[in-house]
Amino acid sequence: MKTKYLISVAGLCLGASAAMADVPELTVLTYDSFASEWGPGPAIKAGFETVCDCTVTYQIAIDGAAILSRLSLEGGATKVDVAVGLDSALTAAARASGFFAPSGVDEATDLPVAWNDDIFVPFDWGYFAFVADADTPAPDSLRELADSDLKVVIEDPRSSTPGLGLILWAKSAYGDGAGALWADMADNILTVTPGWSEAYGLFLNGEADAVLSYTTSPAYHIIAEGDAGKVAWRFDEGQYMQIEVAAALASSDAPGLARDFLRYLQSDAVQALIPTTNWMYPVRMPEGGLPTGFDDPAAVVKPLLMTEGEAAALHDTAIEEWRAALAR
Amino acid sequence: MARSARPLGPARGAAAVVALAITALFVAAIAMLAAQAQGAGRLGPADWAALRFTLWQALWSAGLSAGLAVPLARALARRRFWGRGALMLVMGAPFILPVIVAVLGLLAVFGRAGVLNVALGAMGLPPLAIYGFKGVVLAHVFFNLPLATRLILGGWASIPAERFRLAQSLRLPLFPHIERPMLRAVVPGAFVAVFLICLTSFAVALTLGGGPRATTIELAIYQAVRFDFDLGKAALLAALQFGICLIAASAMGLLPARDLRDGAMDRVVVRWDGQDTAARVTDALVILLAAVFLIAPLLAVAFSGLGGFGAMPAAIWPALGRTLAVALAAACIATGLALTLALRGGRLVAVAGHLPLAVSPFVLGMGLFLMLRLVVNPLPLALVITALANALAALPLAYRALAPEARAVRLAYGPLAASLAMPPAAQLRHLYLPRLRRPLGFALGLSAALSAGDLGIVALFANPGQETLPLLMYQLMGAYRMEAAGGVALLLLGLSLALFWLFDRGGRIDARG
Repeated sequence: MKTKYLISVAGLCLGASAAMADVPELTVLTYDSFASEWGPGPAIKAGFETVCDCTVTYQIAIDGAAILSRLSLEGGATKVDVAVGLDSALTAAARASGFFAPSGVDEATDLPVAWNDDIFVPFDWGYFAFVADADTPAPDSLRELADSDLKVVIEDPRSSTPGLGLILWAKSAYGDGAGALWADMADNILTVTPGWSEAYGLFLNGEADAVLSYTTSPAYHIIAEGDAGKVAWRFDEGQYMQIEVAAALASSDAPGLARDFLRYLQSDAVQALIPTTNWMYPVRMPEGGLPTGFDDPAAVVKPLLMTEGEAAALHDTAIEEWRAALAR
Repeated sequence: MARSARPLGPARGAAAVVALAITALFVAAIAMLAAQAQGAGRLGPADWAALRFTLWQALWSAGLSAGLAVPLARALARRRFWGRGALMLVMGAPFILPVIVAVLGLLAVFGRAGVLNVALGAMGLPPLAIYGFKGVVLAHVFFNLPLATRLILGGWASIPAERFRLAQSLRLPLFPHIERPMLRAVVPGAFVAVFLICLTSFAVALTLGGGPRATTIELAIYQAVRFDFDLGKAALLAALQFGICLIAASAMGLLPARDLRDGAMDRVVVRWDGQDTAARVTDALVILLAAVFLIAPLLAVAFSGLGGFGAMPAAIWPALGRTLAVALAAACIATGLALTLALRGGRLVAVAGHLPLAVSPFVLGMGLFLMLRLVVNPLPLALVITALANALAALPLAYRALAPEARAVRLAYGPLAASLAMPPAAQLRHLYLPRLRRPLGFALGLSAALSAGDLGIVALFANPGQETLPLLMYQLMGAYRMEAAGGVALLLLGLSLALFWLFDRGGRIDARG
């Protein structure tokens, strides 16, 4: 019975793909909030299809980290042509996987740091920050937070990219002192969640004074909810960056389309979409600038970002340092 | 031996096939991961710490859930009051809610800004801190107390009315002669079921555990797959988890199984015991405390969801349809498999019936993905795979509900059926199905509800246009839309409860209590 059903479903799919064979298909693997109806995905699909004479199909992974794990599960034998939403902290692993091909895209960006990469094409970025209510007394640094009585929720660096970003932040700003910082911050960390959604949910429910999120988070509350009551704390030692990148698969049977899609991600049309769909900064300032409600990213004077080699080299020790200090 | 009552002939073969298939599936899932790995995995001190924490919290959670379920089940077994049915129904809800919804509900009561701490603060008392080991155990008891209670209540319901009547007329104390033997048969099963469920805990343990102290094996697997791309380590950890489950399930298989129902004449139980004031007051208190503990967080979920109802996107309706279809399919598959196993009975079957509880859903999902990829593109089949995986996840609970009663029927009527040379189909129709209606309804309801509320492995596969309600809820949360996500959570709560109520009710018609 079941086999019969599986076979008939498989038959339907074959039939369907044969019917569309004259129009090339571009399969894009991304994380689910990018492809969902609230993300930039649907508009990007529609926009690209008008210029490419192709069909864009999304496949979704749960989050940015899951994209690479899905590809490694598929062991290279994948239909995916482009992966969108890899995190700058994971590009070393992605490069080492050998799944990705040089992009052929080399346009200048407005990123506050130099970005020269033959494979990974940035399409949005943000600064990690603790987000709190405006009337909560704001500390000026991670150190001051550790010495305060404030309670924060953070994400686990072992299961979420913001969590990993915080670990690299502490390491960039405090170096060998990061272990001591974590030991002092242990009593400020109310709890650690598996991902961003759980952490942000706890914060909005009033469980914590602040949550590890992005400097762009308050813009969502201003623009979508008309609530100016949330602020992102700026720290003297700087804010750590997250750059979201896309890349073409080496195994793609439509490398030309894939390259066009990567270019399209940096186009004015897509970059203008990014702020109010993905709630991140565009990598190239769109013509109309940022929507009202967004802070000027230049307000952060010390952008922090490790090279992918540094991040990869420190990854295990930095997480272990964090774990050991908090597990005590 | 009294076990000479032979199981249904054809059922033996079918049960063996099902038991073998389940075991093979899980072994294959882990083997597929290992085969994909670049090398053998190695476990570090952090992994052993995670193992210790996992076992420790699971033991505590199971002990407390099973222990507290005894007085609660006893009180519910001997009291009839207005709203009892509704209470039993709503009590089951924590178990079937998406984890993050239940956690937020629990925190609305016990959290730092929760009702309890606000009240304590108003009285000038210091706040209670929920985060930490006790938070993890509290949440697991919240999830699993209702399940343990239902399983133990099934034990009470299976004591024939004649026994109570006999004890009453002989003026024998009930506990040592009737209740203790029953509890010895039922409580270990409830304990092991909860223990196994808590073994694969991940989000609850981490979120309420307050940090990396509360790292479980499941998180270590997740990390190995998602961030370290170390499939060898993931396979090793999954094998470890599987081994613990085998040991726990086997230990239960070795416990003396008691005959629950021999000599019963299928009458509805009328209780004469526990009518004095002290017993009444204790029972009332137990029920009241449990009701407040279990229902208050649900009220918080409902309350915060009401505001989000209007904000829900139109996509919820197709998602609702998909969720319903997956839930019904999963319920039928789970109950069918469980019935096949339960009709056969026996220790090996019992072990196989419990296996799915302690295989990480994450590992199962990836294993299925890798296996299916060999024959077909798994992505368009996301919903079919999800229904199958949800069915497997619900199988142990359906099996637990059916097994003791199927065994009782087998012991009571097996010899008679054999001497009449009743054909198996007739036995199933006339002996088993009518007597198993109550547990069948419960099993169907529970697996449907469980499947509806579970994010499950749909998240590993789903593509746009295949979202279920839980997945949609997570997408909304991921897009800052917490209010709308709350609305979806309330809708899910309603759907799960309705599914459970319909089936459970169907099983109870004509069978009072």
